[in-house]
Amino acid sequence: MNRVELAELAEAVTAQQQSCRMRLLVCCGTPCVAAGSQAVVAALQERLAGLGNPADLELVGTGCQGPCSRGPLLTLLRPGQPEQVWQKCTPELAVSILEAELQQSAFPVTNLLPADWPFFRCQTRLVLANSGRIDPENLEQYIAQGGYDSLAQVLHEMTPDQVCDSVVQSGLRGRGGGGYPTGLKWQLVRKGSGSRKFIVANGDEGDPGAYMDRSLMESDPHRILEGMAIAGYAIGAEQGYVYVRGEYPVAAQRLRKAIRDAERAGLLGSRVLDSSFSFRIDIRIGAGAFVCGEETALLASIMGRRGQPRIRPPYPAEAGLWGCPTLINNVETFGNIPSIFSIGPQAFNAIGNGKSRGTKVFALCGEVVNNGLIEVPMGISLREIVFEIGGGLANGVAFKAAQTGGPSGGCIPAEKLDTPVDYENLQALGSIMGSGGLIVMGEQSCMVDVARFFMEFCLDESCGKCVPCRTGTVEIYRLLSRICNGSASQRDLQTLEQLCQMVKDTSLCGLGAAAPNPVLSTLRWFRAEYEAHVSGRRCPAGGCSMNELPLHLLGEQLLQRIAALRCDGEGY
Amino acid sequence: MSGDCCEHALLADDPRLKLVERAMKRLQYQPDALIEVLHTAQEAFGYLNRELLAHVAAQLKLPESQVFGVATFYHFFTLRPKGEHSCIVCTGTACYVKGAGEILGRLEQEAGIKAGQTTADGRLSLGTARCLGNCSLAPMMMLDDTVHGPESPDGAANKLNRLLEVPHEQG
Repeated sequence: MNRVELAELAEAVTAQQQSCRMRLLVCCGTPCVAAGSQAVVAALQERLAGLGNPADLELVGTGCQGPCSRGPLLTLLRPGQPEQVWQKCTPELAVSILEAELQQSAFPVTNLLPADWPFFRCQTRLVLANSGRIDPENLEQYIAQGGYDSLAQVLHEMTPDQVCDSVVQSGLRGRGGGGYPTGLKWQLVRKGSGSRKFIVANGDEGDPGAYMDRSLMESDPHRILEGMAIAGYAIGAEQGYVYVRGEYPVAAQRLRKAIRDAERAGLLGSRVLDSSFSFRIDIRIGAGAFVCGEETALLASIMGRRGQPRIRPPYPAEAGLWGCPTLINNVETFGNIPSIFSIGPQAFNAIGNGKSRGTKVFALCGEVVNNGLIEVPMGISLREIVFEIGGGLANGVAFKAAQTGGPSGGCIPAEKLDTPVDYENLQALGSIMGSGGLIVMGEQSCMVDVARFFMEFCLDESCGKCVPCRTGTVEIYRLLSRICNGSASQRDLQTLEQLCQMVKDTSLCGLGAAAPNPVLSTLRWFRAEYEAHVSGRRCPAGGCSMNELPLHLLGEQLLQRIAALRCDGEGY
Repeated sequence: MSGDCCEHALLADDPRLKLVERAMKRLQYQPDALIEVLHTAQEAFGYLNRELLAHVAAQLKLPESQVFGVATFYHFFTLRPKGEHSCIVCTGTACYVKGAGEILGRLEQEAGIKAGQTTADGRLSLGTARCLGNCSLAPMMMLDDTVHGPESPDGAANKLNRLLEVPHEQG
């Protein structure tokens, strides 16, 4: 396929879609499937087959549409009409929507989401533009949305240096959590010397409570491939790897199909779009190790070894896979790349706040009413995310904290709800942007227990290479357990703080260095809760069972018992 | 686990071993492809036994210690046979906040085993996952390959019992 053919195909598919009087998009993301969306699809298919599968009625099984807790979701598109979305759609409801169109009667209003629902209204969708809009396994539908047009534009109109410069101009920063400027990284790898260079897309989404990468890989796999191909052209690589988490078999299968389809269409492989550029992509399946999110550990894992990080420098940009310069970006970062070239770097840069440009995808979950996948402009306030998009907390529970950044992040208290969400501001609060998990907690969540939960995760996932992380996390966990069971003293609280600082300062890689963050941030914002556990031996949230005694109380209790026995005249 | 056929030495004409051999050949016996090979081996055999690991090591010309090291480093690989059915309770943050601990406790009680163990009759393996990426269904669990959520402790126990009531199936 060449550039002209690509444009023609896009036009033809778009024209065909616009000629449909009705397009029914049924969400087939995992949560919606669990809620029964396959029955909805089957019912619609049966009815359409009964009508002889008319060409102007189209049924599409899409990837994630967003408000996952309200599935199965059905979106109705009609030319010239505003789109309509039904939640908790049953097979009967879906068929009645179809019938209403056929008989030109009014659409059912049961479970119809309001047109100006804040969940959709407050979002800016760039990375997720096609999520829930296209069949992820259909290359033509991606092309109809302007897919691979950015790649064509880059290959035919720009030099690799110009591509890197555009990414710098866009202000895009790494979406995996680190926030390193993507354009600079590309320039660095571009300058790196080596006969071969590699691209790695990090899809080893290990943060508990985060599923943005899974959703993106499952809902719009071609977008990631296109972003990687553009990066390959920019830095001079001919081979890329997508490292997919082992727990995400569907994502791996969709990416494999996407690669095959793109190669067949001449959009990947040798002589991409009839240019002199060749680029191949392979899938590597992770085997379950959180530490593999760290770039040097990730590289070790791709090369078939234990995923243990090594000291940097040399950075992967100089010596990565098999000693060659390697560019590692998160899959969401690659997902941003096609948008930068389709809307232009300036337009991309116009979105955002301060040094954080563009949008960020969050997996909003926990105690909020609307759980789901959202994409918001950088700089939006946390309050807007939780109370507008998320619809506030369920069952009238009061907001206590929002946790971002998973086990490397922290808890943000209610008084900081108006903070703009961007890299710098979250860091100032002792949390991090992270890969995008955003878990809302209500008043019944005990912050000490939350910190302990994350520390248990970190001690389990520590690769064991460096001492501060390997033993520090265990010690911190023991201290937190003692605070939770009521056997800690004031001294333990001091030790906890010192130990956290030590682990933070001396660990080899990001996992260890960030492991104390949940403890430090809860100590900072919810110190009273720690004090209540230690001094008052009570858990304000009511979650911890204080059934152990601290040593000094244990001694006192023993003396009392002895004294009591003496009074009874029994002696001891 | 005596009497389990998998514990015996590898048989050259075992179709499962052939799958592994084919994978190694396709990957040109590169030592770098170790994890890929182990994925295939676990898919074929259900778990990785010592003989299998030794065989892979020999074929890829790697020290056995390294193969064993990789197989034990990653959570995904298991060196013990799994039960006929699997029940995985997600203990990611969202599930934790919404009470995954109670569900796990109830299921452990129900099955009479701890997370990470397999029942003596080999019917069920109970496990936990660090986040299955279905946070909107929290608290959730997976019974074999089906996602269930949001769950209550009672509902989860019922579903598990219903799964185990189905008579023993071969294969």
